Amino acid sequence: MPSSDETIQSALQDYKYGWVTEIEQEYAPKGLNEDIVRMISAKKNEPEFMLEWRLRAYRHWLKMNAPQWPYFEYGPIDYQNQYYYAAPKSDKPKPKSLDEVDPEILATYEKLGIPLKEQEVLAGVAVDAVFDSVSVGTTYKAKLAELGIIFCSFSEAVENHPELVQKYLGTVVPYTDNFFATLNSAVFSDGSFVYIPKGVRCPMELSTYFRINAADTGQFERTLIVADEGAYVSYLEGCTAPKRSGNQLHAAVVELVALKDATIKYSTVQNWYPGDKDGNGGIYNFVTKRGKCLENAKISWTQVETGSAITWKYPSCILQGDNSVGEFYSVAVTNNHQKADTGTKMVHIGKNTSSTIVSKGISAGVGQNVYRGLVQINKKAGNARNYTQCDSMLMGDKCGAHTFPYIDVRNNSAHVEHEATTSKIGEDQIFYCQQRGLSEEDAVNLIVNGFCKEVFRELPMEFAVEAQKLLSISLEGSVG
Amino acid sequence: MSLLEIKNLCASIEGKQILKGVNLTVNPGEVHAIMGPNGSGKSTLSQVLAGNEAYEVTSGEIIFEGKNLLEMAPDERACEGIFMAFQYPVEIPGVGNTYFLKTAYNAVRKYRGLEEVDAVEFIKIMKEKAKLVELDDKLLKRNVNEGFSGGEKKRNEIFQMAVLDPRLAILDETDSGLDVDALRTVAGGVNKLRDEKRAIVCITHYQRILNYLEPDIVHILADGRIVRTGGSELAHEVEEKGYAWLEQGAA
Repeated sequence: MPSSDETIQSALQDYKYGWVTEIEQEYAPKGLNEDIVRMISAKKNEPEFMLEWRLRAYRHWLKMNAPQWPYFEYGPIDYQNQYYYAAPKSDKPKPKSLDEVDPEILATYEKLGIPLKEQEVLAGVAVDAVFDSVSVGTTYKAKLAELGIIFCSFSEAVENHPELVQKYLGTVVPYTDNFFATLNSAVFSDGSFVYIPKGVRCPMELSTYFRINAADTGQFERTLIVADEGAYVSYLEGCTAPKRSGNQLHAAVVELVALKDATIKYSTVQNWYPGDKDGNGGIYNFVTKRGKCLENAKISWTQVETGSAITWKYPSCILQGDNSVGEFYSVAVTNNHQKADTGTKMVHIGKNTSSTIVSKGISAGVGQNVYRGLVQINKKAGNARNYTQCDSMLMGDKCGAHTFPYIDVRNNSAHVEHEATTSKIGEDQIFYCQQRGLSEEDAVNLIVNGFCKEVFRELPMEFAVEAQKLLSISLEGSVG
Repeated sequence: MSLLEIKNLCASIEGKQILKGVNLTVNPGEVHAIMGPNGSGKSTLSQVLAGNEAYEVTSGEIIFEGKNLLEMAPDERACEGIFMAFQYPVEIPGVGNTYFLKTAYNAVRKYRGLEEVDAVEFIKIMKEKAKLVELDDKLLKRNVNEGFSGGEKKRNEIFQMAVLDPRLAILDETDSGLDVDALRTVAGGVNKLRDEKRAIVCITHYQRILNYLEPDIVHILADGRIVRTGGSELAHEVEEKGYAWLEQGAA
């Protein structure tokens, strides 16, 4: 019997989504300057306000430095040595329907388990698929349009609904926000846009699938979801990328706006390429996600982070309106050399606001897992409540779990609770399961899934199943 | 053919020799009691039988139904029909008792080339077995052993045994920590699971559980060896005189 460390090092399932699709790509020249920003904007036929916003962001970005505060180190990123725009080359200007989308791209999504064409026919989830920088097709558009719901690529939204984009873009994450969000604001390529009109409950899960295909390409999506008064929407996001020996940057921005009485549920299953077992390659997943809640509104973030070499993100809630509610449920897995610094910020501004944070970190190999969270209760936020629970599970003895909770309370009527635990996956638990007939792998899966249950039950059904599978793949061979 | 044959078994943990040549033969339908003072190696014997890798078998053989048990992983042993009721049943937070047991049940069936059962069928089986060993239905809905009282945990072990239907059941100090009423219920459950095909090995420090189980054969384990084997009268003798006289006899 090898020691558990040896097993961790030797046994790791290959990344299943590591293939590359051979299609002709159109690139902007490598590097970044005002001309590239202008070119991206021109490619997308953007109105003047959009170009100006991008340029303001770009000029601001030039004055900024990359942040140095995360717990781990990462190599310097050469921003001039990558492509900021890559799109599947097509003779036609833009696919009008799925029939016009390059069959190779559709085949790619089929491999990933999201056959777009079928989804259009079968009842289920409406999907917007983003391939490198361009959105390739949105299913169910017509059906949603009957309810007045807009679900399209960001580029289309800029073209067809510029007034909505102009009204809400940057209202939650301003272009000056942080180094990566500012870079995204300058060069963002595509992403999804959702608008749910007043009082409408979106009848199906909306979903975006992101895939990075081209080499040396940064992916900078921008997603904006607006739920008007009393509206409800549940949105899912999934991600994969091919195996590359170098690191690729993924710097996305997601903005959620929940107006009075609205609810937005945002779920992510992030499975970007994590690099090989020696820590070469993999995605740098540096993402800014934030939502704003007006009166009685609710935003709930659920994330399952199993991929990426480095994950660095804090889906947050600005609880601006009275009685608004913010939730954050997270499972982050780091195996081999993966690093995750993730958590949330709950900013209580309105009265009677409440927030819940449940974070589950699982570390294996030499992976490092950091929970970093801020709970801020402002002066006027009377009767605010927060409950935070941070649990870490360690597999083997070379990984690490770290917790940095920041609590900032400026109102005496606040109730803030914080609970944290760290445990090692128990040899005794595994033995107990094995004695009942479960294989060691099944035993680990069972125990880990039990550990993550509070988060998984927040996911929509079909995603919960996928998340469980992903987790078992990510951790295969981690305990020996 | 005997069900279980242990020949000259020696085992150690962290370099310390605990079992020093155990010989034991168990036939189908028999109930054996293994008694012994603290530190005699009782629990080590049950852990080694179940395949706990913290223990190292330094020499000897364990043959179960003609197969070499020592070459099998713990889950294979379980699938072959060995069940151990743990002295300290382990809690598995977030994992439902029903789901856990269904997964185990189907793993065993799969190993034996049988078709897996679906949730509806499994719940039927489970309810029937719960009734048999007088387990409260409410425990089925809770997480595995999480927040169970000592008695509930032990009852849950016997219930799992009833569901998994093993050929050989090892009860590792199942009586410890139980009050008289709980002991009676647990032992009652075990008695209902006695049949001519199944063997039960009950490991205990005290004689009291044997009043209910009425073993066919009683062994005394002292300092890593079986020093005396007899009928149920041996258990009563221990109850009266303690273990000291036997250990002296062994030396």
